[in-house]
Amino acid sequence: MNVPRHWREQIRRYRLVGSKCTDCGRLSFPNRAVCPKCNSRNNENYQYVGRGKIISFTNINSPPKEHKYNLPFAVALIQLMEGPVITAQITDARAEELEIGMEVEMVTRKIMEYNDDGIICYGYKFRPIVEYAHP
Amino acid sequence: MKPNKSVGIIGYGAYVPKYRIQNTEIARVWGNDPNLVPIREKSVPGADEDSVTIAIEIARNAIIRAGIDPSDLRAVWVGSESKPYAVKPTSTIVAEAIAATPFVNAADWEFACKAGSETIQACIAFVGSGMAKYALGIGVDTAQGAPSDALEYTAAAGGAGYIIGNAKESLAIIEASVSYVTDTPDFWRRQHEHYPKHGNRFTGEPSYFKHVLSSSKALMEELGTKPEDYNYAIFHQPNRKFPIEVAKILGFPKEKVLDGLVSPYIGNTYAGSALLGLAAVLDKAKEGDKIFCTSYGSGAGSDSFSLEVTDKLAERKGKAPSVKSYIERREEIDYARYARYRKKIRM
Repeated sequence: MNVPRHWREQIRRYRLVGSKCTDCGRLSFPNRAVCPKCNSRNNENYQYVGRGKIISFTNINSPPKEHKYNLPFAVALIQLMEGPVITAQITDARAEELEIGMEVEMVTRKIMEYNDDGIICYGYKFRPIVEYAHP
Repeated sequence: MKPNKSVGIIGYGAYVPKYRIQNTEIARVWGNDPNLVPIREKSVPGADEDSVTIAIEIARNAIIRAGIDPSDLRAVWVGSESKPYAVKPTSTIVAEAIAATPFVNAADWEFACKAGSETIQACIAFVGSGMAKYALGIGVDTAQGAPSDALEYTAAAGGAGYIIGNAKESLAIIEASVSYVTDTPDFWRRQHEHYPKHGNRFTGEPSYFKHVLSSSKALMEELGTKPEDYNYAIFHQPNRKFPIEVAKILGFPKEKVLDGLVSPYIGNTYAGSALLGLAAVLDKAKEGDKIFCTSYGSGAGSDSFSLEVTDKLAERKGKAPSVKSYIERREEIDYARYARYRKKIRM
């Protein structure tokens, strides 16, 4: 259990905050100290909307033990509507319910917990968009 | 009770997890009569959901509807009896996730099923006194029901939250509120215990009915209103029967209660119960409608609120999922999966 590490990463994980290069405009996730396109060190935090499309996915059968509580679950490559592609767990849907091109939205869920006495790590996952119409 | 400055709800959010277990499935496992179950089905949180994750989705929905910058919130208060940590606030995690930190008052509130409406009372005072521009109060639970206990049929997960602000910005003005509290030992959970206990005969007449009726009557007396003045009424919903019965005693016809009665479909969401019913009513209400809402929490007490809907509700309600859309998003699970998700199997 690495408490400081989870604490350092919590804003990125809770809110889906990445970075934007203020010189060339390139968006990154996770955030970068040096822009991978123009090598600029001028990068600021960037809040993603939290919507995207599945470009590939797979079912996880043998996860690390901290994730076993959640089996079975899918992990997908998701292209965010702003451009960057990220890897994330899918929640509220099994792999057989997913399709390439499916629109998904970010939710903050429990990623893992360290036994009954350790910290609980929360972070982004994606789920099929909740459709809604008002009465 | 009325604050110095008039306040109201500027945004609201709700959430119900996707999973459902039928009451007949619970009855099958424990050998009980499937014809005598209290409700149809109840919501079950997924393996990666708890009161924190549910409160975060509620808060995000409320902020979208309110259309405010979360850093303008001066309070993020979460009422629950199912905190993931015994020590470490749920509210700081929620506040961090919605970007309301760091200049914000964050605290967890506890009053069984009344914890959520307590936060709303405090938000009214915080904004009404001028100390805060906006304050967010949430009622949420992933309620614990001991295996085979009568409460296992209804103990559910979900909740709702409200951003309180100036009346002029409000989608519903809060006209006044009342709290009615006594020391009544109807339901409790001791430290380190997984499941609550209930005082059997204390769960009806001297607890729910006494407090809901006393609080509701006191507020109507204070305001000089009658059941006929209201278009909708919401009461804490531990089952289907109690809220309809209490409404009848007060003189509210069944039709005014049904739009806010969600317990038959998702169960009792404890601190989220009355607040979720209010959200379902706001999803449907229109300008000029008057709403009466009374919560109930064991231990015991009730909060009553009188609200009037403004023209701003129509433009804001469609910005986030309705209660109905969350109720209709459902996947039925069996008792084995429910036992796993709710950590009823301890290894």
